[in-house]
Amino acid sequence: MKYVLMFTSRPDLNASVDPELGQAVYKKVYEWFQENGEKFADSGAELLGIETATTIKHGDDGPVVVDGPFNEAKEIVGGFSVIDVPDMDAAVALVKTWPQLELPGVAVEIRPMVEDYSQFE
Amino acid sequence: VTPIQSADGLLARTLREESGLLVARLARQFHDFDLAEEAVQTAVSEALEAWRRDGAPDNPAAWLQTAARHNALDLVRRRSRQVALAMRLAPAPEPDGASYDVPDGSTDGGRTDDRLALLFACCHPALAPEARLALTLRAVVGMTTPQIARAFLVNERTLAQRIVRAKRKIVTAGIALTVPADDVLAERLSDVLAVVALMYNEGFVSSDGATQDRDLAGDAVWLAGVVATSLPGEAEAWGLAALLTFQHARAAARFSEDGDLVLLPDQDRSRWDHAAIAAGEAMLERAAALHAPGPFQLRAAIAACHATSPSWAETDWLQIVTLFEVLTRHDPSPVVRLNRAVAMSQIGPHEVAPSLAAVDELADHLDGYHLFHATRAELLTRLGRDDEAAAANARALSLTTNDAERRLLATRLHRHPLTDGS
Repeated sequence: MKYVLMFTSRPDLNASVDPELGQAVYKKVYEWFQENGEKFADSGAELLGIETATTIKHGDDGPVVVDGPFNEAKEIVGGFSVIDVPDMDAAVALVKTWPQLELPGVAVEIRPMVEDYSQFE
Repeated sequence: VTPIQSADGLLARTLREESGLLVARLARQFHDFDLAEEAVQTAVSEALEAWRRDGAPDNPAAWLQTAARHNALDLVRRRSRQVALAMRLAPAPEPDGASYDVPDGSTDGGRTDDRLALLFACCHPALAPEARLALTLRAVVGMTTPQIARAFLVNERTLAQRIVRAKRKIVTAGIALTVPADDVLAERLSDVLAVVALMYNEGFVSSDGATQDRDLAGDAVWLAGVVATSLPGEAEAWGLAALLTFQHARAAARFSEDGDLVLLPDQDRSRWDHAAIAAGEAMLERAAALHAPGPFQLRAAIAACHATSPSWAETDWLQIVTLFEVLTRHDPSPVVRLNRAVAMSQIGPHEVAPSLAAVDELADHLDGYHLFHATRAELLTRLGRDDEAAAANARALSLTTNDAERRLLATRLHRHPLTDGS
């Protein structure tokens, strides 16, 4: 089954992280992608910060372009990956090893991907 | 015994044994857990109606299996997108049990593995906690949504939506119907045991009549036994099975003829099920032999002290306090500390005041818990502080929702602390 992993963090908590720990975790992230390479269905993406985000919203007179991310949540999406693993347990087991989970405020959302479009017919 | 009751009793036992297995088997055959569960649930409702009307069939398990399979095929046919699958499955040979007898539990043949896998899926941490028990009761134990709604005193529609959402998530999120791998088994098992324990508690508090057609507490004891015998190397599974067995052994003495709660100190111990207590002790020994102590085993050991004591006065309170000390290390929750304080107060009159002080320390955590105030009332009474005791009693009464407990508190029958729930 294919799942999208959405990696989120809380930038407001970054200041509380020991810089050395931050460095060590970042190194482990790289190794994590190497070790689990065969589970990824595509390259995924690491995203630049939310200050670079632009959102196009519905407007009564047509689409409106605005600065910033689509919601005001404290959590920001920092990247995503598509994985292909046998089942939810395999997805959970993989995500539990995500090195950044050592850092406060970090969360990973697992969402199954639509693969069978017949359900919408 | 009226015909209705006997058909229901037989149905309840058959459902408990068969429905989870049917769900697991049909889910495998049809590659669709949601459909399988729906088919079995409909068969359960059909059985309730037909058996009450016509009496029970000769082979209830086979009847249920045929009905569930028929419903599954019917559901497949009705889902137009699965027409092709229906065509393939329609002439399917009879499943592995053409001559199918109600099992006695001695011959297994993978049946418990099927049921266990289903149970692990229904208690999966990716499901909302409030949905896990409801889904377990429907899919694994074969209760109907109206029965569950009555047992929990919740709105049937809300409950049905919760169950539907959880079932769909199992299918769409790819939650497998398998027993977890060894490296995560302990962690996932604790989720399962928590659901079974909750099932017993729900059955226990609602046992004054919310649901007469299913014995929820009895079903929980049975399910805990299934889990322990399926995973014989898991000490906590034996611990929970032992704990529930001890608790259930006292069921007959727990309510008076008028349906009023009778607390442990006042219970007629000759009405306890002493064969069940012996079985509980054997389970606790199996657990202990595995040398992996845990909270359920400790609770079971405490329950064993009560269950094997000839009277309230002769209870080995020192042993119980010691067990609570160890339990607090595993589970330092305020409720455990409350129970430890209660046990301590039983050691002697000089321990009552310090026990009350220990209880009062928990006020910040337990102010909304009726047994906290009932315990305070009891200790205050023993210290002769009657006005404060009356106030604490009133507070306890205002916080409890269970009728039998309300009557107990209202009639001020509780002359002794609520040591372990009864």
